[in-house]
Amino acid sequence: MKKIVNFTIDGKPCQAPEGENLVKAAAANGIKIPSLCYYEHIDPPLGTCRVCMVKVDKKAFAACTIKAKEGMQVEFNVPELNDARKAMVEMMFAEGNHFCPACEKSGDCDLQGLGYRLGVTISRFPHLFLNRFIDYRPKRIVVEHNRCILCRRCVEEVNTKDGFPVFSFLNRGASTEVRVDYDQEAKLDEEEAIKAMHLCPTGAILVRGKTQPRPRGERKYDLQDAGQTVSTPKAGMAPLKGQPKKVIATTSLAGCFGCHMSLLDIDEELMDVIEVVDISKSPLTDIKKFNRRCDVGLIEGGCCNDENVEVLKAFRANCDILVAVGECAIWGGLPAMRNFVPLEECLNEAYGHATSDLEQGKVIPHHEDLPELLDRVYGCNEIVEIDYYIPGCPPDASHIWKVLKNILFGADYSIIKSEFKYD
Amino acid sequence: MTTTHHSEKTLLLNLLWACQDAKGFISNQDIFDIAAKLDVSAIEVEGVCTFYHFFHRKPAGKYIIYLNNSILSELKGYAAIRKALEQATGGHWGGVDATGQFGLFDTSCIGLSDQEPAMLINFYPFVKVTPERVFQLISALRAGASLAELADTVEDHLRYVPPGDRAIFFRDFAPGRALQRLTTLSPQQVIDEIREAHLLGMGGAFFPTADKWQICRNNPGEQHYLVCNADEGEPGTFKDRVLMNRLPELLIEGMIVGGYAIGAAEGIIYLRAEYRYLLPRLEAAIATYKQLGWLGQPTPAKESFTFDIRIQMGAGAYVCGEETALLDSLMGKRGEPWPKVFFPVERGYLGQPTSVNNVETLCAAARIIELGANKFRSLGTPGSPGTKLLSVAGDCRFPGIYEIEWGMTVGELLGFCGAEDPYFIQVSGPSGICVPAAEQSRCICHEDLLCGGSVMVFNTQRDLLQVMINFTEFFKKESCGVCTPCRAGNFILGRKLDLLKRGLARPADLEEIRQWGQLLGVASRCGLGKASAHALINAMQKFPAYFQQRVRAKGREKGFDLDRALGDYREAVEQTS
Repeated sequence: MKKIVNFTIDGKPCQAPEGENLVKAAAANGIKIPSLCYYEHIDPPLGTCRVCMVKVDKKAFAACTIKAKEGMQVEFNVPELNDARKAMVEMMFAEGNHFCPACEKSGDCDLQGLGYRLGVTISRFPHLFLNRFIDYRPKRIVVEHNRCILCRRCVEEVNTKDGFPVFSFLNRGASTEVRVDYDQEAKLDEEEAIKAMHLCPTGAILVRGKTQPRPRGERKYDLQDAGQTVSTPKAGMAPLKGQPKKVIATTSLAGCFGCHMSLLDIDEELMDVIEVVDISKSPLTDIKKFNRRCDVGLIEGGCCNDENVEVLKAFRANCDILVAVGECAIWGGLPAMRNFVPLEECLNEAYGHATSDLEQGKVIPHHEDLPELLDRVYGCNEIVEIDYYIPGCPPDASHIWKVLKNILFGADYSIIKSEFKYD
Repeated sequence: MTTTHHSEKTLLLNLLWACQDAKGFISNQDIFDIAAKLDVSAIEVEGVCTFYHFFHRKPAGKYIIYLNNSILSELKGYAAIRKALEQATGGHWGGVDATGQFGLFDTSCIGLSDQEPAMLINFYPFVKVTPERVFQLISALRAGASLAELADTVEDHLRYVPPGDRAIFFRDFAPGRALQRLTTLSPQQVIDEIREAHLLGMGGAFFPTADKWQICRNNPGEQHYLVCNADEGEPGTFKDRVLMNRLPELLIEGMIVGGYAIGAAEGIIYLRAEYRYLLPRLEAAIATYKQLGWLGQPTPAKESFTFDIRIQMGAGAYVCGEETALLDSLMGKRGEPWPKVFFPVERGYLGQPTSVNNVETLCAAARIIELGANKFRSLGTPGSPGTKLLSVAGDCRFPGIYEIEWGMTVGELLGFCGAEDPYFIQVSGPSGICVPAAEQSRCICHEDLLCGGSVMVFNTQRDLLQVMINFTEFFKKESCGVCTPCRAGNFILGRKLDLLKRGLARPADLEEIRQWGQLLGVASRCGLGKASAHALINAMQKFPAYFQQRVRAKGREKGFDLDRALGDYREAVEQTS
């Protein structure tokens, strides 16, 4: 038996067998250090995702690369490290193309689960929108590179029965990617392929015909800590001063109006709301122009054309507080799927090839009354400052109203996990 | 896994080199053949192949031209040379011309900063290249001239040694003087002498060499290895190039000293491919010591000791200068630094205790054994005894190698090198720090300003942001790609710097650059990643007014260039109407 050592995490006395991996040792002492690439029996540990940052004797380390040692002092739940861990998760969202509503793994994805746990409403980093591909060539699996976080689990763990690795990293630097050996992959049986799919912390490895998402509400991260509060920024704000009746405005830019639908999902409570809130410019009222200053503007959708930009700037100028409602407004969302394809190619696909039987050939619609398309879809905070972000596709109705009531009336503000979603 | 399997796999880089050299690229069939030969997955071979940028997966030309794109090259005419190369060959950058003759590629610093712009053609060096020279060269090659004849002789540019009898490296050298003492010293006595001299690792980490050797020696293993890190890739540094060109014998003696101290039977020089033209010098030196009876046979050392040295060629990857990445590369893998769960002195090359030492460190060790620890200790400062080789380049009249006694001031160095109107110096390369020229009294030593070897001088006409963008691009390309903050973080920082360059950044962006840079320092997996935003944060600290000038505050709107964003659409419309 291994010697038991004593150490502390944030001052709390802990015990573990000497040399035990710190992530595991902490968990055994009731402290769950967030981690993604960590996989219990990979030794030496991968240490690739850098989410499990802690300080040991004042120096920063990934906890998964630390072994339990007598007397060591671990810092975990301190603002600097909480922020660093959150930043790592945000960086992975910015580096890859994570369209949660369109992902088979949504609800069961570890990256998404961590985003919920750490209260990530938006990535502080600009999305890179790199053009990654989907590899359909393997026999059993499909590799969705847009979702790959390069944690390296598959590279280390997925081998054929005769001992050949199936995956490897390719290239270097910002071009690093995971690739499949097609010959080796063909040797995997169905069970091994499914194991690889479950090993992947995101939805990057899928098995043909075997992705059967569970219904919403029954998935891993729907159930895990469902009733717990998500840490959210700017809680408990003082009520705005101004008119007795608060004025809000709403708009849908490059969105689908789904967020507006969600807004109406509070059903009969709407009756109470209109007692205290006036709605100015909004598709709900069909008021086209700002007729007075507004307390809050709710923005659905990102910016895909110059008209969106103009409207968004008008909202910034006429509203005290702007709230980005939904994934599209936050970072582009589903419309941003075009961001990896050059605009010319998109236009050719839509108006060139599709209308090639027309006599006049390819015509790209353009007229002074038509908005002009931007080179890509932009999140609202790339154009103007945004004060609040409400994630979801669409966001949960109660999440929207809780935030709104907090801003307008200073109502208590706490979002539980089931109201905090990216899909 | 058996040891034989391991050792065969270590051949991988050589097998890839053989294909690359034979036909200018590595084909799919090559990948399959090598995988079959080594009994590994083809994807593993491809993973290794694509990690190193001197390996090509597509035909790269009969003449593969690598133009250095480091900041000093950029400032000394990179753009004009690149244009001349494209015009002369008719090819486009990053590919091969229509005839398949000339491949045109960028590469990170090739260790010729004192003679920029510099390039390699099939690894033959060409220095201080001018556009006219490019046209002459290309037509000469078309006419069938030999590269060996066309190539330049690389000057050492040794500019300064301490006066009197105070030089350590560049003093007169007679083969065998250091080794003579090994006939009277035990390995432990060698380590004690090095400890007495307080020699620090000169690659940039400054870890006490005696401690490294002692731990390595004490660790049990079937075999111990001494690895010489000759992969100096920090942009701006070229000191090891000059040492190996001028005193290859001194390096071999240093390796024999180190090998004896740790009880190694084999020494390996990991030589960066950029220095392939130094290979004959090193091979000749190894042959000399075989003749002298110090390599490849039982040596006359006091205690029984048989040692041999071989050279492993790298293939283009800055990160392989990090010792654990270097070891993985030596073992035929991708050069990815390890999470520090154990150290090379515990489990290094082939899992055995290994000491990895820089070229300069090993040369210093040989001199310490030759001259005695007291001599070494009498030079420099208490924290950093002895001398240090600095590679000085940039905006100065005398770029080259300066062997300084630790303790020289920045002002003295700027004076010696003939710095012209200096604005700042970048010490220790892109992962180092930015020192304003006004800080004349800063002292280059352990107690104040440490320097791994690279000193780049920038004059007041230079744009600090251009320098920082070059550094960030460098890390974006050269990151090993394994950890999120270094791989994605440098990419993201590059985007931010672009905003700054285009005049669209706001004050909040500066604060974010600072915070994100710090995050890279906290969260990256290895020392190189941790240091990757170091220069940027440091420059922002030293020159706050410069950065403030480059931001534009515009109320609550962000800096967004609508016309630029509409450019693609307008162009597409124009083309079809």
